[in-house]
Amino acid sequence: MKGSLIIVGFFALGVICGVFNWIPSDWLSGDLSFYALCGLMFSVGLSIGHDPQTIQNFRSLNPRLMLLPICTILGTLSAVALISLVFPHRTTPECMAVGSGFGYYSLSSIFITEYKGAELGTVALLSNIAREIMTLLGAPLMVRWFGNLAPISSGGATTMDTTLPIITQCAGQRFVIVSIFHGFVVDFSVPFLVTFFCSI
Amino acid sequence: MFTVIGIMFIGIGLGYMLRRKSLPWINKAITTLIWLLLFLLGIEVGHNEQIIRSLPTLGVEAFVIAIVGVLGSCIAAWALWKHVNGRKETKP
Repeated sequence: MKGSLIIVGFFALGVICGVFNWIPSDWLSGDLSFYALCGLMFSVGLSIGHDPQTIQNFRSLNPRLMLLPICTILGTLSAVALISLVFPHRTTPECMAVGSGFGYYSLSSIFITEYKGAELGTVALLSNIAREIMTLLGAPLMVRWFGNLAPISSGGATTMDTTLPIITQCAGQRFVIVSIFHGFVVDFSVPFLVTFFCSI
Repeated sequence: MFTVIGIMFIGIGLGYMLRRKSLPWINKAITTLIWLLLFLLGIEVGHNEQIIRSLPTLGVEAFVIAIVGVLGSCIAAWALWKHVNGRKETKP
């Protein structure tokens, strides 16, 4: 939670600097953000490749529960595609790009800003922060209404870190491996799906 | 557009080759770059008067997409939960 607040803090600080013109705008016309994004993805890749242990733990998983990430992705994207019809000024792929953040607000908003501009990037940031908060607050209700897998699905890409504690609390300790597996797969799908929906 | 994803795969390969070495700075690098990028996004938003003016509308839009996405994924998870438990009952 503290980490998320710091991230939002940096965004807010940037907004303030932008509104008051404290930082010359030629900072933005340069490719700084593109190189920083490349550096970020390189580091993310490095950390995935560096830790093969996580992937080995997944062998003990119930094979049917391996379908959960697919349910999350299909459930989210079909619902978002439907609701996109309500927004006349947004295309369906744009809404689906925002939805494919699955709560991973830092990465999805950065990607969408790079491909589609700061306005949709801001929607992606707010929407995916909201998704994480909804999961943190709503997990007990989700278990009651939709069963033990629901908070994992709702948590999207965050179920291997920020929302893991609340999930094990509400759904039970035996869902730890499913939750980490789910987070890992959905996390990995974010750059692909966002790039895909931004390019069609 | 796919350059960035290619770079991630180079990172994965390199990370796997270096798996015996400890790389304590990776997580710090990731956090710092995320801070920098969101700061830059903030500046871009702040510079753009039109976005600042429409921020409340964008917020509502973001909230609607979030809640619909959560609902859609919950329904899909519920279907899988029924499926998994249903099989358990028929095949004890």
